[in-house]
Amino acid sequence: MTTLDLPELALVALVGVSGSGKSTFARRHFLPTQVLSSDAFRAMVADDENDQSASADAFDALHYVAGKRLHAGRLTVVDATNLQPHARAGLVRVAREHDVLPVAIVLEVPEALAWARTEARADRTLGRQVLARMQRDLRRTYGQLAREGFRKVHVLRGPEEIEAAEIRYERLYNDRRELTGPFDIIGDVHGCRAELESLLVRLGWRLHRDERDRPVDATHPAGRTAVFVGDLVDRGPDSPGVLRLVMGMVAAGHAICVPGNHEQKLLRRLRGRDVRLTHGLAETMAQLEAEPPEFVSEVATFVDGLVSHFVLDGGRLVVAHAGLKEEYQGRASGRVRAFALFGETTGETDEYGLPVRYPWARDYRGSATVVYGHTPTPEPEWINNTICIDTGCVFGGRLTALRYPERELVSVAAEREWYAPARPLTAAPARPDQVLELGDVTGRRHIEHGYGSLTVPAENAAAALEVMSRFAVDPRWLTWLPPTMAPCSTSRQEGFLEHPAEAFADYRAAGVERVVCEEKHMGSRAVVLVCRDPDGGPFGPGGGVVHTRTGRPFFGEPLDTELLDRVRRAVGAAGLWDELGTDWLLLDTELLPWSAKAGGLIREQYAAVGAAGRTALPAVREALDRAAGRGLPVGELRDRMARRHDEISAYRAAYRAYVRPTEGLRGVTLAPFAVLAGSGASYADRDHGWHLDLADRLCAADPEFFTPTRRRVVDLADEAALAAATDWWLALTAAGGEGMVVKPYAGPAARSERGSLLQPGIKCRGREYLRIIYGPGYDEPEQLTLLRQRSLGRKRGLALREHGLGLAALDGLAGGVPLWRRHGLVFAILACESEPVDPRL
Amino acid sequence: MSGPRPEVAPGPAKTGRRKIGPAATIVGVLLTLTTTHRPATDLGHLLIKHPDRAHSFDVPVGTAHVFYPEADEQSCTAALLLEVDPLRLAGGRKRGRGDSPATPETFTLGRYVNDRPYAASSLLASALAKVFRSALRGESRERAELAATPIPLEVRVPVLRCRGGAEVAVRVFGPLGWTVEATAIPLDEAYPEWGDSRYVDLRLTGVQRVADALNHLYVLLPVLDDAKHYWVAPDEVEKLLRAGAGWLAGHPERGLITRRYLAHRRALAGQALARLAEQRLTDEPVSAEIVDDGTDETVPRRPSLAGRRREAVLAALAESGASRVLDLGCGSGALLAALAGDRRYAEIVGTDVSSHALTLAARRLRLDRLPERQRDRIRLWQSALTYRDDRLRGYDAAVLMEVIEHLDPPRLPALEDVVFGHARPGTVVVTTPNVEYNVRYEGLPAGRFRHADHRFEWTRAEFTGWAERVAAGYGYRVRFAGVGDEDPAVGSPTQLAVLTLDGPDPGHRDPQDPPRKEERQ
Repeated sequence: MTTLDLPELALVALVGVSGSGKSTFARRHFLPTQVLSSDAFRAMVADDENDQSASADAFDALHYVAGKRLHAGRLTVVDATNLQPHARAGLVRVAREHDVLPVAIVLEVPEALAWARTEARADRTLGRQVLARMQRDLRRTYGQLAREGFRKVHVLRGPEEIEAAEIRYERLYNDRRELTGPFDIIGDVHGCRAELESLLVRLGWRLHRDERDRPVDATHPAGRTAVFVGDLVDRGPDSPGVLRLVMGMVAAGHAICVPGNHEQKLLRRLRGRDVRLTHGLAETMAQLEAEPPEFVSEVATFVDGLVSHFVLDGGRLVVAHAGLKEEYQGRASGRVRAFALFGETTGETDEYGLPVRYPWARDYRGSATVVYGHTPTPEPEWINNTICIDTGCVFGGRLTALRYPERELVSVAAEREWYAPARPLTAAPARPDQVLELGDVTGRRHIEHGYGSLTVPAENAAAALEVMSRFAVDPRWLTWLPPTMAPCSTSRQEGFLEHPAEAFADYRAAGVERVVCEEKHMGSRAVVLVCRDPDGGPFGPGGGVVHTRTGRPFFGEPLDTELLDRVRRAVGAAGLWDELGTDWLLLDTELLPWSAKAGGLIREQYAAVGAAGRTALPAVREALDRAAGRGLPVGELRDRMARRHDEISAYRAAYRAYVRPTEGLRGVTLAPFAVLAGSGASYADRDHGWHLDLADRLCAADPEFFTPTRRRVVDLADEAALAAATDWWLALTAAGGEGMVVKPYAGPAARSERGSLLQPGIKCRGREYLRIIYGPGYDEPEQLTLLRQRSLGRKRGLALREHGLGLAALDGLAGGVPLWRRHGLVFAILACESEPVDPRL
Repeated sequence: MSGPRPEVAPGPAKTGRRKIGPAATIVGVLLTLTTTHRPATDLGHLLIKHPDRAHSFDVPVGTAHVFYPEADEQSCTAALLLEVDPLRLAGGRKRGRGDSPATPETFTLGRYVNDRPYAASSLLASALAKVFRSALRGESRERAELAATPIPLEVRVPVLRCRGGAEVAVRVFGPLGWTVEATAIPLDEAYPEWGDSRYVDLRLTGVQRVADALNHLYVLLPVLDDAKHYWVAPDEVEKLLRAGAGWLAGHPERGLITRRYLAHRRALAGQALARLAEQRLTDEPVSAEIVDDGTDETVPRRPSLAGRRREAVLAALAESGASRVLDLGCGSGALLAALAGDRRYAEIVGTDVSSHALTLAARRLRLDRLPERQRDRIRLWQSALTYRDDRLRGYDAAVLMEVIEHLDPPRLPALEDVVFGHARPGTVVVTTPNVEYNVRYEGLPAGRFRHADHRFEWTRAEFTGWAERVAAGYGYRVRFAGVGDEDPAVGSPTQLAVLTLDGPDPGHRDPQDPPRKEERQ
């Protein structure tokens, strides 16, 4: 039995004459979708799998599909004769373009057998002389494959061997996804052994020393693994000491290490290549002079065995000396190695004669965190989920480690400047990840986030782009948008379109046991992001932002700043900054009264309708009264118009309930009902008791400015409590209240028993309030019958999608994900809002 | 391309009477017509509706009722009450033959909670035309002579939506011989500070033929409303000319009436005005008659500032020697059209954040009808000036014409990065209003901007300061100019800056183009 070793990701070319059994072999060992057959592609482009004139187009299409598969990291097998050098060259090119290994499997059978098989197939019309030519081509092929770039060549001779062959997959060396850490990732050491020792000790490592008191290993009581990003050697005082320690740790399984360009150069020198002794290599060579030759040869072996980069923690972490762009992660090719060791250069040199590096991190959009060194920087900074932790220790800077997954930076200062830098350490331009690109948000986009996935249609994104760029606040400050909220299932109770019984039933059906009924304030949604420092927080200059549910500045200046000051004072007075350990808070609130923000809408839309109705109907009634007095049969019409008159009066009362005079912020109040996030934390997992308690404390701190939210916590199994809550709702709405929102008590991130997200809230609006939504006479029985046909599915789906995106945005805010990623989520919420949904729901 | 969707599909006019259940309807729009001609009850003959009966007619948006609150020898009043079914108005329910493809999802809230059921003047006018069809034509079998005779009439519309206020009602009805009494209706008596609504209680008295009165109402009610409930199709021109026969051609406000009736469709309005002019056979220039009713956007004087601005931008572009150019924030493509007509521009890209604007631009440029070679020079892309867009890199010049003032000031640094840092064209032409000049605009209240969407308007010093800072920060040189008549005290209405990328940049310059002097100043 022959075992064929294949990399998990490879482009496999089957090579063999017609009738050698390639397709059978492919069927036995690979998934049908992994196999791209030239016959199938000929059929696809020309309706005939034997049409040789279609070969060029067929291979074009085959290469294209192979490229797509390899781009996505999928093993691909090409079932074609592959006997011509140019055909194989095409495959090698596709493999190289995607940095995967090309592999050949040659199937060799006696010509007689191949001819017998070919003849047996009715659809093959090829002549014996063609087969003979193929055989000649095959014989020539053996010597060529390796030269052509095939990294592995397997030859199976004879039908028995082909029959018995087995495939065994081998992982790439860089694939260490099974290692989940926790890790201490350590930046460029450059022979600074003393600083490395101090850093390890500060990180909690215990050093183990040999008989000459030299550290040769280290262990961490919490079982952490050290990861070295390379450039252990050169320039510094004790490169051999650093190597001894790191090699010991790696050998003992306490550390892993990727090579830096300095190790690469050292190895070439040790192998006797002509390498100039610059950039600190001279120092290393001098230090190694003092070491026994066995040590030097161990160093050479160690460096030679280093793998260009590692993919760790299930693919969530990538470590490479100079960083690695997304397309190269987990791939193996010369250029991947070159990128990992040297980074990408623009081909230019700067005024110090050093190569200018292309800022690949600025364009990085991958999901894996990339940790790297190579370029000394005074202050490590996260850029699009990548971080460079080379803080120039050897140049008198610091030696830095990143704790992963904690994402905590720990560093020790250099004992001195060991080596003069060729150019001064300068700070990277401030916050380069604030740059957003059109491609981050436009077009049809599929978004996966921690709470699900969705596709944003291109036209919704186009609409959102206009709103976002013309009206919304700065994306850095636009951290979250409130999801739309579905109403409860439609009530069948007489006179009601919405009723608490349905809201309770909806949640009971989802397996929820306890809900909170919160008074629904009738104002304008206001999202408040307030920083402790009025002059600037982590989001850029400014002390915060107040925005509407579509991300617009709330009132504009100076009122928004005034409002923020007021909130900031209350948060301080309530002691929340210290208690929550945060420098900023994101609050979900309703700003009251409605007329403060929506005055124009109320006048243009609601009052105008009221004025027209109030004036028209008395005149209509008077005319009908007189006609009736003349004995005309208009009694029914007259009664109907009388009812319209009552309805328009009720309608006017309904909108008037939400009008209060305000001047500036005088008369304005804020009703907070959720505290969504603060420094490093999303509070979406806290229950609503917690949220409302904090809201109450803000109200207590400034009772004039904050309005409390009346509520009831209800156990859905407790019939008496349900009845009491219903009465409470009836009283609330009879007094002019909009209604209530029922929420799972467990909090915004509550999930059902089956683990899916629940509707974060279900609104249940009052009878009178609904007049301004559905029209003054919506509760006429016939109208109600029609309105009860409303369908809620779309609205509910939308609410859930937006909610999931919002939760992911909050997590991203807490976890410090790059701006483009956060913005992409918030943008998607806005794009969802352009989905056509009945606006009355 | 189809025009905007009609608010209500006109649909085939239904015939016959239909029994309307009480629930299907909501509320009434009322119009009464009273005469004191003796015997007043002859009004029934003129309208061809018996005073002692109640009449009901099915109309597309509900039911029209005709009844007589009074009918005696001295005085007779006919009332037309239109009961509007808001669901049919919104088109949300199936209307029998499935001629309503719209679903509730496509409506805005305003289409449900709106004033049409109480004040829908254009609905009332179409009901009038249907119910009193013969009377409108002046036909009366029983009283043919009376139909041709002016009689004392009083018309009352208790709630009439009247754009521009009661004064406009006087302007349009007054010249026709009516005594006009239009009383503004307050928005909400509980909030007197809200002021008046857009409705008036209209009372017209005069001595008129009934047919004339009805035709006046048929044309002028929708004109005052100024929000037609259906899409204005070309045959509206015919309808207008027919109903306006004999009185519209000589009406001093015929420009206003025509434009509003034809819902501001310039092409239609122009057509109608031209034909009215033929009817009058006078030498008066037609265009001079298009007076503005004060609520439309200001009609620019010739040569318009927009035109002069465009000329100035084109001159700056030509001077830069650019051949591949970007019009950032191109709107509906007025500048693009000029660029497309100039062979020196090999590639013209218009970008706008609004896809609707791009649709308009494509239509203006007739992109779908251009020959391929022409078409290939022009590209329209949706892009936002607050997001980096790789497609915009490598162009010779970019225009930001009246764009920056539409951005909130805190977002300007993003625009600067996107345009000057990332796209980095060789030349950037920027124009923006000069706020100092605003005092020269009559009718522009102090402190108000020229356009509702302007987020700021800058003084000359502010614009200069901004452009110089941007130029210094991104390695450009800058020169300034004014556009429009320069006022010694407040400068020109529009300010213009040309920023040129510093240093040798052969890729962006025609080598045959000599260095320009003003750049060295």
